[in-house]
Amino acid sequence: MQFMLLFSRQGKLRLQKWYVPLSDKERKKISRDLVQTILARKPKMCSFLEWRDLKIVYKRYASLYFCCAVEDQDNELITLEIIHRYVELLDKYFGSVCELDIIFNFEKAYFILDEFLLGGEAQETSKKNVLKAIEQADLLQEVHSVLLQFSAL
Amino acid sequence: MSDVVEKTLTALPSLLSLDSHPGSAKLSSTSKLGNLIRGITELTSKHEEEKLIQHELLAIKEQVSSPNTTMRQMKELMVRSIYCEMLGYEASFSYIHAIKLAQQGTVLEKRVGYLAVSLFLNESHELLLLLVNTVLKDLQSTNLIEVCMALTVVSQMFPKDMIPAILPLVEEKLNHPKEIIRRKAVLALYKFYLIAPNQVQHIHNKFRKALCDKDPGVMTASLHIYLQMIQENPDAYKDLTPSFVTILKQVVGGKLPMDFNYHTVPAPWLQIQLLRILALLGKNDQSTSEVMYEVLDESLRRAEMNHNITYGLKALTYVVQQDPKLALQHQMTIIECLDHPDLIIKRETLELLFRITNAQNVTVIVEKMLEFLCISEDDHTTIDLVGKVAELAEKYAPDNEWFIETMNTVFSLGGDMMQPDIPNSFLKLLSEGFDSVEEDRKLKLFAVNSYVPLLRGEPGKLPQRFLQVISWVLGEYSHLREDLEPAEVLSLLAKLLDMKNSSSETKSWVLMAMTKLCKGGTDASVTQEVSETYSSSLDTVLRQRAHELQYLSQDPELRARVLPRGANPETLEVDSSLSFLDRFVSEALAAGAAPYKPPHQRQEELDQSKALSLEPYGLSLPISMSSCSITDRQSPTLLSMSSGLSGDSADLSHKGGSSALKLDGVKRVWGREGYLAQREPVEEAAQVEVPSPIQSPGRQGEGDSLHSQTPTQTPTPEPEQEKQQLASSLFVGLASQSSVSLMGKSEPTPQRFRRKAKGQGPGSSFNASEQISSSLISPPSAVDNLLCNNLLDSNNASELAEQTSQLSQRLTTANGTCHTEAELTEPDTKGCNPALRRDNCVVAADPGPHDDPGRLTEVCLDSYLPAELSGLSHSEIAPLCANQSLNLSACHVQKEDSLILVVFIINSSESAIQQMLLQVDSEELEVSCLCDSPAGEMTSHSVAVGQYSLTVKRPAVHVEVVGTVSYQLPAGTSQSLQFSYKVPLTSFIRPFVVSTEEYGTMWLSFSHDTKQNLTLINDNQEPLTATLNALKKKLQLHVVEVIGMEGIVACRLLQDLPCLMHCRVNAGWLAVWLRSPVPDLPDCLIYHCQRALQSL
Repeated sequence: MQFMLLFSRQGKLRLQKWYVPLSDKERKKISRDLVQTILARKPKMCSFLEWRDLKIVYKRYASLYFCCAVEDQDNELITLEIIHRYVELLDKYFGSVCELDIIFNFEKAYFILDEFLLGGEAQETSKKNVLKAIEQADLLQEVHSVLLQFSAL
Repeated sequence: MSDVVEKTLTALPSLLSLDSHPGSAKLSSTSKLGNLIRGITELTSKHEEEKLIQHELLAIKEQVSSPNTTMRQMKELMVRSIYCEMLGYEASFSYIHAIKLAQQGTVLEKRVGYLAVSLFLNESHELLLLLVNTVLKDLQSTNLIEVCMALTVVSQMFPKDMIPAILPLVEEKLNHPKEIIRRKAVLALYKFYLIAPNQVQHIHNKFRKALCDKDPGVMTASLHIYLQMIQENPDAYKDLTPSFVTILKQVVGGKLPMDFNYHTVPAPWLQIQLLRILALLGKNDQSTSEVMYEVLDESLRRAEMNHNITYGLKALTYVVQQDPKLALQHQMTIIECLDHPDLIIKRETLELLFRITNAQNVTVIVEKMLEFLCISEDDHTTIDLVGKVAELAEKYAPDNEWFIETMNTVFSLGGDMMQPDIPNSFLKLLSEGFDSVEEDRKLKLFAVNSYVPLLRGEPGKLPQRFLQVISWVLGEYSHLREDLEPAEVLSLLAKLLDMKNSSSETKSWVLMAMTKLCKGGTDASVTQEVSETYSSSLDTVLRQRAHELQYLSQDPELRARVLPRGANPETLEVDSSLSFLDRFVSEALAAGAAPYKPPHQRQEELDQSKALSLEPYGLSLPISMSSCSITDRQSPTLLSMSSGLSGDSADLSHKGGSSALKLDGVKRVWGREGYLAQREPVEEAAQVEVPSPIQSPGRQGEGDSLHSQTPTQTPTPEPEQEKQQLASSLFVGLASQSSVSLMGKSEPTPQRFRRKAKGQGPGSSFNASEQISSSLISPPSAVDNLLCNNLLDSNNASELAEQTSQLSQRLTTANGTCHTEAELTEPDTKGCNPALRRDNCVVAADPGPHDDPGRLTEVCLDSYLPAELSGLSHSEIAPLCANQSLNLSACHVQKEDSLILVVFIINSSESAIQQMLLQVDSEELEVSCLCDSPAGEMTSHSVAVGQYSLTVKRPAVHVEVVGTVSYQLPAGTSQSLQFSYKVPLTSFIRPFVVSTEEYGTMWLSFSHDTKQNLTLINDNQEPLTATLNALKKKLQLHVVEVIGMEGIVACRLLQDLPCLMHCRVNAGWLAVWLRSPVPDLPDCLIYHCQRALQSL
């Protein structure tokens, strides 16, 4: 996978993950172009499009668009399922996730993504294992905060 | 107040708002980030947003640089910076602080620090170097989460040069007790493999361990590496096929833990990964594919229609290349997919059908493809599909009418986007014809018949390429139709010239066609008018064509000589050295004309004259070229036209846009008969003997009825029945009748448009093997037949030869080819790595019914090398071919002044053979027998050795030796065994030691040259030296001198045929200019230079 973008119906970027080295300018141009292209498509249209030399796979969940770019030899359908599995993971973690959860806790969304996809490849496809890894780190955070609170008082 | 208390107080608000729920969603809405986000949503204009963010960034900037900011605050600041960057505002001042946070923070602060780094920087960012120490420290941490974070960031980005610093630590993690660490370590190594494959080469064995890991996550992660490595070199991993098959079997069989299931499908990502790997391993490899059939079938069966159609189809597409019968079992699924509303699925289905096409189902499949073409709007798909239709039509066309009709559709739909080789090969096919003269004539006539109404209609709507094809065909063959007056054709063609959208390329094709047709007399008026219009055209090519038209139409005798109608293309000899012009040139030179320089040299000198530097060899020439080339080019007498020598004429035809239509083997455009440059190059092959024209009825209506004959068109009330009929028409010919009831008849249909065999001499092993195999398969099973049909059309001669040899071995006949592109193995290293060397040999991979000659006897054959050769370096001894009685192997030995081919003949039978005779010959090489060729009687299990000295006659990228062994069995039956052996040209290259002065003199006297940019090797030393040294080592070139950014290099083929090379570093490339007195040598050498540099 080359990159993943999450953006709202208004075209606001909510999350971006780049797995190929690109300059800031290129990133901005690509996300601008793509967001425009995808928002212009009608709801009944195909979830795949060929764009430059890439295949774009996108899906809309409520007000949020999830969009992935994969190489020509990659399979579009399985990429679509990657998006869906990511949404499932977010849903499980936040408890019926909504756009606001992702806006306010985008760093969490990134952590989950990093446990699921690494360097553009599926790292762990078991839902249980991904969440376990995140929760362990979170747990540590809480222990740490409690200690901090304690020492502060 | 003390610092400590202050820090604690500032930290308090966020601490107190902590929630115990792990997905503490809404809590941070009270934080500063929350305020920022809310602030933004309340804004109404982009301008306000900009102001707010700039303000925010200023505040962040101030805080991050304050020494009092705690790491905890820093973490919050980083999150806000990330948010601002996401909105598209630059916060580069915070990058360094993100690195600091990753370095100095506690675990969770680190986590944000690493995240910020991975989002802010990309792997070429220089700040990333500062992260190396942090990563190093965290990899050694006892805290699992720190190790995880370090591995996560490493798998996303890491400076390539610093990999060695952390590699041992990452490698060590492969044995870590926690699976999450092992998994991340594998992915980190995958990343390293992608950016620096050489660095991880030594750990391949550990990858195997990861593949067998008990944790499915680790195993899955290792597949990424394997997919990549297998893509690059499938042969090295064939032994893993059973492992992949076993894993897939377990996955499909539901052996993985439940939480790997995805909506009831067991680990679909893993399945796809495995299928892709298997596809690569099984490609072109029957025996490996056989291992997979069962599990592939099972995967396909279990895959649910809606989820997995596409990937099932893809896998099936690969499988059918090996065994088309498998497609039969899924035919109804495939039919469903064909009607699928999703265009992507439809396209994949057509791809699959393309693979199973044969002579019986071609009409239906091509029709489906054309249907799709009509609705497809995507250029890429159109180009691809048009190419496939053209390929199928040429291969399997059931009759002339269908072929021409289909090609017409291809040309109209494909337009000007299609690959230029489609019209090319169509015209070539038409002009070369087939074995039957009558069939030839019919095909040409039908083409003419179908084009005339097109031109009478609305030719303006036809693509330019199609118009070019039409004009060529009409010019060449319209005389076959007797009722068609040349005058009418001429006026039709003249109409094309007047069309606004005709390109000048098309116009020059049209003028060319008119030149062929004009006869003077009644046609003169049209011709006259046209040639007058265009003889003042601004386009030089058109103007030239117009002049030709004018002169040739007035001089029938000259026209008959220049454009002979009945000439045989094969008698045409091209004098590429243009020696017949020598006298003219020397006279011109004596009269003070400047020597000729090819255009690119002129250009270069022009460029250089602007700069300071000149040719490295001091002798530079004046640039007064114009007198010789431009004026002559317009001169009316054909023979003196563009006597500016070789490069000019090639250049002209290029400008005419017809460069795409060059035919193989046509090198120059001057012939012994006179000047040919102004004709389209294709015509050279087009002078086919044509019998007197016979009238044929117009056939325009027949195309329609043709399509309606296909079963799909037959009206059937029931849709299901329709599908079944479609199925039977699609899958016909794939298997014997007994296996599937839906099958139609499966009689083998002979290939229609088989190219006429050329050059029957021993030099053409390609044809020889083709003929042999086609005669062998006369009573074939359906499968074999299909295999052969496919193979015979293969344009790839080597593939054909390889497959043919497999086929013929199976049929216990003898015939083989071997490509030994392997580098020479030194005697001392020989045998150290037999597995690897074997992989280079094509034939040996195929276990025949007999003892594999290579595997068993190779070691012993070494000892049969003639004593005087045994100390020299030789290529591996490669098996050539075998039959019941003989095994043939060969190798070549490099000597300083010659190249020796050694052929080993092993009598593997139990009886002696008589009157054995070995003959070796080559088109490109001079073959001379060194000692007496082995002949006469050979006792059982004995070995005879033949030695031949090879020198290059005519350079080619690969030169080939073909040979025959004929012998008599004790029973008295005589047999023969044919083989071919490829030698890379590099084996003939020897260093050529000359001084710079000698080099300079030679440089100016050599006439054949070529130029190309090569990639530079960028290791730590100076790139020019590094690249030249690599070339010197690989190709045995002699580096004459290196001056600054330029270097001169010389080599020769054995003792003669020198080639000089001038290299200059230019804008990151190595601009190479080769010159030689030998045609083609510069081009061949540049090819090998490219390959040598690629293989580094």
